Amino acid sequence: MNMIKRLTVSAALILGLGTSGAMAAGAYDTHIEDFDFSFEGPFGSYDVNQLQRGLQIYTEICSACHGLKFVPIRTLSDEGGPQLPEEQVIEYAKQFEVFDPEIDDFREAVPTDHFPESGLENAPDLSLMAKKRAGFHGPYGLGINQFVKGIGGPEYIASLLTGYTGEEKEQAGVTFYENTAFPGGWIAMAPPLYGEDVEFADGHENDLHHLSADLSAFLMWTAEPKMMARKQAGFAGVIFLTLLSVLLYLTNKRLWASVKNKE
Amino acid sequence: MSGIPHDHYEPKSNGEKWLHRRLPIVGLLSDTLLIPTPKNLNWMWIWGIVLTFCLALQIITGIVLAMHYTPHVDNAFASVEHIMRNVNGGHMLRYMHQNGASLFFIAVYAHIFRGLYYGSYKAPREVTWIIGMLIYLLMMGTAFMGYVLPWGQMSFWGATVITGLFGAIPFVGESLQTLLLGGPAVDNATLNRFFSLHYLFPFIIAGLVIVHIWAFHTTGNNNPTGVEVRRGSKEEAQKDTLPFWPYFVIKDLFALAVILAVFFAVVGFMPNYLGHPDNYIEANPLATPAHIVPEWYFLPFYAILRAFTSDVWVVIIAETLTGGIIDAKFFGVLAMFGSIAIMALAPWLDTSSVRSGRYRPMFKWWFWLLVVDFFVLMWLGAMPAEEPYATFSLIASAYWFAYFLVILPLLGVIEKPLPQPATIEEDFNAHYPSKADGGSASVKPAE
Repeated sequence: MNMIKRLTVSAALILGLGTSGAMAAGAYDTHIEDFDFSFEGPFGSYDVNQLQRGLQIYTEICSACHGLKFVPIRTLSDEGGPQLPEEQVIEYAKQFEVFDPEIDDFREAVPTDHFPESGLENAPDLSLMAKKRAGFHGPYGLGINQFVKGIGGPEYIASLLTGYTGEEKEQAGVTFYENTAFPGGWIAMAPPLYGEDVEFADGHENDLHHLSADLSAFLMWTAEPKMMARKQAGFAGVIFLTLLSVLLYLTNKRLWASVKNKE
Repeated sequence: MSGIPHDHYEPKSNGEKWLHRRLPIVGLLSDTLLIPTPKNLNWMWIWGIVLTFCLALQIITGIVLAMHYTPHVDNAFASVEHIMRNVNGGHMLRYMHQNGASLFFIAVYAHIFRGLYYGSYKAPREVTWIIGMLIYLLMMGTAFMGYVLPWGQMSFWGATVITGLFGAIPFVGESLQTLLLGGPAVDNATLNRFFSLHYLFPFIIAGLVIVHIWAFHTTGNNNPTGVEVRRGSKEEAQKDTLPFWPYFVIKDLFALAVILAVFFAVVGFMPNYLGHPDNYIEANPLATPAHIVPEWYFLPFYAILRAFTSDVWVVIIAETLTGGIIDAKFFGVLAMFGSIAIMALAPWLDTSSVRSGRYRPMFKWWFWLLVVDFFVLMWLGAMPAEEPYATFSLIASAYWFAYFLVILPLLGVIEKPLPQPATIEEDFNAHYPSKADGGSASVKPAE
């Protein structure tokens, strides 16, 4: 793990990536907690149980307002995802009503449909939430924090869910809730989770902190469903190219030996 | 092709002779591949291969991506998500294409700065240099239009800002901007023409790359000493050079493999590090992002664009002299394009008779300051347009122009260069002393 980390550190130094636009924004005075997710780092992978718990939280609570319009329901049984059995996915899909332009009417969803869009106009779609928010910035726009900790999308979501202070204010007829992770400090979404909002079949812990982490992990999967395949391809590529480099290095050395030493 | 004397291809079998009389293509390829190459080239001469690879990578991944992409404002964003989720290997294709652009620019900047340090732009390689600058300009256009295609927030607002620059040109600006956009604002027409041009430009680049290679195969490669290959006879030339195949092909492929290992680590483990999270938000003409930031490879020039605000004295003078035709916005645009144009003029601005920076004691310092300046500008381009960054941007931009307009012309006059080796062979032998000489391995030329 350490070696790979060092490898990637030197990689980025070579690439001279100091100032990606990604780290440019953000002079917000917000607090993002660095949650420890199982999928972090080159060796990290999704925890299937955690994704299933996250799915349950999304289904029971978030889906009341928020959609996942880019996520096909069938992918719930995909390798590298929550891996629900196919029969369960068929059952799961039935709870959603989707509009079918062919019959010009609503019907029960099937696995090949996508999750519905957000039901509430001001509730953003959550499909890509874990990739469209950055939890970490800087320092000084240099992108070092993101390099070390990751971009911090799931950390941002989890910090937001645990970041309510309990303060409220009303502005132009809208209630805003104080939140330590939200840019600007006041968010229109009422606290969606308080802890123990969801009961898990296996009796897994369901305090606010755990629920937030589980949901964030699930939303990381909805945003990046091929992460496992990607890391595998990354490993295959790095290992193959490292071997190729060694062979080419030796070939090159041998090729040039006669020229360099002029025997 | 090369002016350096060397053995040419001779068809041997009857079949080869038959073809050679009708189309000497084998001879052309053979002469290109076996071109005599200065044997003292160092590791900064590997970027050409990396760039060629990048162009091929971008074209191949791009062609497949285009099979699954929909250039329409209603479907573009969703079609990219379709590639990421449903197309077999689509996520890898897209991440390779996306990060491939970054690798392309890392390589091109390394390639350009190598040329600036070793004086590769100087006579007789000015045409190679100019064509290189044209390729670089086309690369920027291609990358910019490619970034618009996913139709995220940064795509949309980046397109709005950059096409707005053309609107700043006096008299014709507005019509030019409308022509670029295909309408009054960034919309479906814009997306469609950008998609079309994004597909076209790489092939123009490929054509220019051939001309670029043709040009430097005519003049011969520059090398770290800047001393020309001896051309008196074939024997003399052979002491300074080695054939490109296999010596430099293997060396370059080794470097390419190392770079690609790093590239694959980035694609596999942190593919979004260089991107902007806002581009995962679908384009929304009604919501302006808090900070509109271009991709990292445009940041230095973006900083120059923003540096010249209406309270800067040169801008005030320009505005007064031209009766307001050159306002702050247009001045910024001129400065940005000027900062690239001025690089293209380096062959005529550099008055020194010595080619390589290795033998120019004063030049070296100014050159490395330019490299630092480039990274500082890159950082400033990502920072908000406020103090103290605005002042820093102005200073850093001023140095960029001063390097080409003042320092390069002056240094040639006041600098006393160090002695150069008489031949490439001498430099090479100093680096790799022969065993017969008693192996005094400590003798190394100044790097």
